[in-house]
Amino acid sequence: MKKSFISAAVLALSIGVTPIASAQELRLTGSGASFPYPIYSSWFKDFSKQTKDVTVDYQSKGSGAGIQDFINNTVDFAASDAAMKDEEIAKVKQGVVLLPMTAGEIVLSYNLDGVKELKLPRDVYIDIFMGKIAKWSDPRIAAANPGVKFPDQNITVVTRSDSSGTTYVFTDHLSTVSEAFKSTVGQGTTVQWPKSFVKAPKNDGVTATIKQTPGAIGYIEYGYAIATKQPMAILQNKAGKFVAPSDESGKAALASAEFPTKTLPGSDTPDLRVWVSDPAGEQAYPIATFTWMLFYKDQDDAKAKALRDLIEYSLTKGQAMAPKMGYIPLPENVIERARKAAALIQ
Amino acid sequence: MASHHFDHIDRSGSVSGPPSPGDYAFDRGFRGIAWLSAVFILALVVYIIIEIGGKAWPAITEHGLGFLTSTTWNVQTQEFGILPEIWGTLYSSFLALILGGVFGVAIAIFLTQDFLPNRLAVIFRTIIELLAAIPSVVFGLWGIYVLIPLLRPTANWLHEEFGFIPFFSTSLSGPGLGPAALVLAIMILPTVASISVDALRQIPYKIKEAAYGMGTTRWEAILKVMLPTAGSGILAALVLGFGRALGETMALAMLIGNSNQISLSLFAPANTLAALLASSFPEAGPVEIQVLMYAALALLAITLIVNAIGLAVMKFATRKFEAER
Repeated sequence: MKKSFISAAVLALSIGVTPIASAQELRLTGSGASFPYPIYSSWFKDFSKQTKDVTVDYQSKGSGAGIQDFINNTVDFAASDAAMKDEEIAKVKQGVVLLPMTAGEIVLSYNLDGVKELKLPRDVYIDIFMGKIAKWSDPRIAAANPGVKFPDQNITVVTRSDSSGTTYVFTDHLSTVSEAFKSTVGQGTTVQWPKSFVKAPKNDGVTATIKQTPGAIGYIEYGYAIATKQPMAILQNKAGKFVAPSDESGKAALASAEFPTKTLPGSDTPDLRVWVSDPAGEQAYPIATFTWMLFYKDQDDAKAKALRDLIEYSLTKGQAMAPKMGYIPLPENVIERARKAAALIQ
Repeated sequence: MASHHFDHIDRSGSVSGPPSPGDYAFDRGFRGIAWLSAVFILALVVYIIIEIGGKAWPAITEHGLGFLTSTTWNVQTQEFGILPEIWGTLYSSFLALILGGVFGVAIAIFLTQDFLPNRLAVIFRTIIELLAAIPSVVFGLWGIYVLIPLLRPTANWLHEEFGFIPFFSTSLSGPGLGPAALVLAIMILPTVASISVDALRQIPYKIKEAAYGMGTTRWEAILKVMLPTAGSGILAALVLGFGRALGETMALAMLIGNSNQISLSLFAPANTLAALLASSFPEAGPVEIQVLMYAALALLAITLIVNAIGLAVMKFATRKFEAER
């Protein structure tokens, strides 16, 4: 606390006096996705503590804003849940290295008195989010959950009011599974839901709304559901099995990720953008995603070295922190790929 | 008394005297600063409008006035419309104005018309003004965790028994227009109450005495003399309160449900312009930002129109009630 105050004062002074004053202390600034913010902030704090003269600051502004900052050269690195589009990459002259850093699952959290375990077949949860199933007493829900008594209550679907990487990944999954969803709603960071669902800002807003609304269901990040002890629905995966969200089932989902063999457009950097829209494994939880950090390929030597150190830290020690914070550690083969690509940051 | 007698008066202990050069300089300087401040405020407003308008221009030329009457907001297909938000803004603010206005004016009467010993009235007023210091996000949280669960049974009973009335045509599941308007009413209460109190206080005491002297009862005096006399001040309080309600953001973004629909129902989720801006800005792409700027311009225009109407009503009311004073 005190130290950060002092360093903030030093920063303020150095801005006021001369920007070169802090040359011996290297400051890395990043911005972007809010979904991995909890784990990133503990990584960066820990890394800054154990690495002398390097301080990492990260602002959780949202994936879109992070990409914008990255293109405008106002940050040293950025983070995004939706990686970067080809045309966005083309705007960065120094070249881009995109690395998956951690991964998460998106869960369907609900608020139903007395229902401890809720199984949702794929056609059912898609129809709930298309507004076609409007009551918890719907026979299709009852059929999947023998022995559970459902109240005769309206289903209140809670979605995000802000533009969000979480929505992007969730609608990607629904669009992959259902042709009807793809043609009526489609995929995006904000979508026009077919019915006027309740919307709340950010993961915490959706979580709070679900918690306060009997009969509600909504999609949130696994980490938020763990932190708030919200019940999570067990979803049917591609193989037809019902799988609860967990570290293992998330890992199983990521294992099926097939990385593209090509490189990023206009460079020799490997393309590490991959979505597991509908993982095939028997044990795989159906909705999981990587989240990326974005780096400049050609840059200042000292900064490049510090960034490579930071990446190495995140890929080793950082991964060990993931499970208890509600994130999925990267599979070994993905870490290897990321490490190799990180060497290109020079 | 001959005038030359004044020459012998010792002025050293007096507060009045002919202006010194310093006084002239001070007077000119003060006038200059006052002018400068006034011009600066005007320039600032014009600058803000130009800035927002400039950023919104591409969206204005592309979407035109259809933007104000369309109900879709779909980033994928680049279709944008803010009619539901305009409706939600006006509807929620109007409900808040009715509730907050009635209570605010009632409180002002209660505090000024000798219902309470003076000292107690001061304490009451301070407490009400304290409401204005509560951050809007706290109101939002209070709404989510206290007000909505509290309202839900009543709201759902109303829906079941009187569902045929359009105001109760949906059940209250969670966030919705009703809770949002209620919180909004509480938020504008201090504004309405304290300006109304000031307006009622400004009435010369002899008017009240005259009213009682003519044999009016207390209520006749309040309703037929005091309120009309303070009318323009109370109207100003209501206009200011309404303006505050139109622009309120955080508490509404948390409570109204942010749902893109037009419904008369008090219990259905809705959306407002300010809430739309707050929730969409952080991750908006370049095209969306233009559209949001257009929406901001629309909100500015609504506020302007409402204030203009308020001013006109005030002018009319002043003429009617105060010209004969």
